[in-house]
Amino acid sequence: MSSVLYDTPGPRAKRRNVVYTIVFLAVLALVGWWVLDALNAKHQLDADKWSPFVTDSQVWTTYLLPGLTETLKAAALSIVIALPLGAALGIGRLSDHRWVRVPVGALVEFFRAIPVLLLMMFASALYREFTTVSSDFRPLYAVVTGLVLYNASVIAEVVRAGVLTLPRGQGDAAVALGMRKGQTMLYVLLPQAVTVMLPALVSQLVVIVKDTALGGALLGFGELLSQNRQITANYGANTIATLVVIALLYIVLNFLLTTLASRLEKRLRRGRKSPSVTLPAQAGATDVKSEAVSGA
Amino acid sequence: MFDFLDSGQYDLLGAFWVTAQLALYSAIGSLVWGTALVAMRVSPVPLMRGFATAYVNIVRNTPLTVVLVACLLGLNQTLGVTLGAETFENIGFRLAVLGLVAYTGTFVCEALRSGINTVPPGQAEAARALGLSFTQVLRLVILPQAFRASVTPLANVLIALTKNTTVAAAIGAAETSLLMKTMLENETDALFTVFAIFAFGFIVLTLPTGLVLGWAAKRLAVKR
Repeated sequence: MSSVLYDTPGPRAKRRNVVYTIVFLAVLALVGWWVLDALNAKHQLDADKWSPFVTDSQVWTTYLLPGLTETLKAAALSIVIALPLGAALGIGRLSDHRWVRVPVGALVEFFRAIPVLLLMMFASALYREFTTVSSDFRPLYAVVTGLVLYNASVIAEVVRAGVLTLPRGQGDAAVALGMRKGQTMLYVLLPQAVTVMLPALVSQLVVIVKDTALGGALLGFGELLSQNRQITANYGANTIATLVVIALLYIVLNFLLTTLASRLEKRLRRGRKSPSVTLPAQAGATDVKSEAVSGA
Repeated sequence: MFDFLDSGQYDLLGAFWVTAQLALYSAIGSLVWGTALVAMRVSPVPLMRGFATAYVNIVRNTPLTVVLVACLLGLNQTLGVTLGAETFENIGFRLAVLGLVAYTGTFVCEALRSGINTVPPGQAEAARALGLSFTQVLRLVILPQAFRASVTPLANVLIALTKNTTVAAAIGAAETSLLMKTMLENETDALFTVFAIFAFGFIVLTLPTGLVLGWAAKRLAVKR
């Protein structure tokens, strides 16, 4: 591969690159060997610690798949509730009325500034004190509440940015046709904005899936990561094997979502005649927002 | 309403201080690690490129909670890494910094990579025409411009990192979310006050970051 950053390697550069490759490989191998050796000394690499994941279907049916289901359930509930709420907040922030725009803006900025973990903990405490939600379901409620509050405000910003990227003429044309403000938003602006912001929304899903793991670690939510304790307790302290399998499940799931997001982005870019904008798929940190999305 | 604060039972400032320290150390670490990753990602050595790409794709798609738990269970409890700390809390803190650096470095890498993409190809071509080597091109011409172009995404990464420090509670670092958990359990008649205090604390931590770096982004942007 050639790059604008360096010349096509000649004989000397090729030799140098081979040396770098060997040195880098040696460092990687050294670290890898140290880790594997230490793990082996702790008997974490023994076949019987790993074999349950292949030979014993119970480990999947009793622990991993139910955990994955809980993770997906929380993520799905959160996105389904957060989408309309976020759309409403995003439209509210674009309102012509000051008394709608300002409070909605404050609400959105507030919930974006608070770590989602604190929102979950607070929600959990509220459910404990003020409702009769049984303690079995409280973690799920708390996780979903926290995720909805946070992601609705992120989606609100995505929606707002999506609507603002549309050419002004779209809104003007709708007004010229005699549409009311609500109609303009519903029939003209939103449908176009949705295609623009689809990639950003899909990668927000990755963020949601990742954040469900917080509930497992700190609120006693029985999702994928929390199965780690159960499995290691039942299958002979196979900590490393379990963690690797769980991490792989997360990675595969999120990788599929990330790939989907970037495919959508490419497709939308190609499908448009004008060199128009598409909100980029966000990088996917708990809330790394791309420049376009963070807007104001 | 605020009387439980005077009892001296809770070390609020101490907890926020730990959070600020976690954020600061992790920010420095992930800036260094992210820069190293992006340098590998655009380097002429295929193996380094492959390593950096694989690392970013894998770590970015792993929940931070899993990264931190793996640091505790894998590095500390299985491999016996303590990073030179003695007490349980100190180990938690240092492992949290390590985990946060490993995780946030990927986002720094992506932010810088998008910054590199904003540098016109002519800059690199001119630098090569002057006979600069790859490291010189990167160090003297490309990265300075890329950094200036990616202040805004880096600021967003920093804000996300500050908020992500709360996840360190999962491995027992004595920071804000752990204290909030205790307080929510003890002060059941002042839940809203407790939440308001912590919310305010995080707004104080993140808002100036956004404002200052937003201003810096405008000042530093390369005018083209």
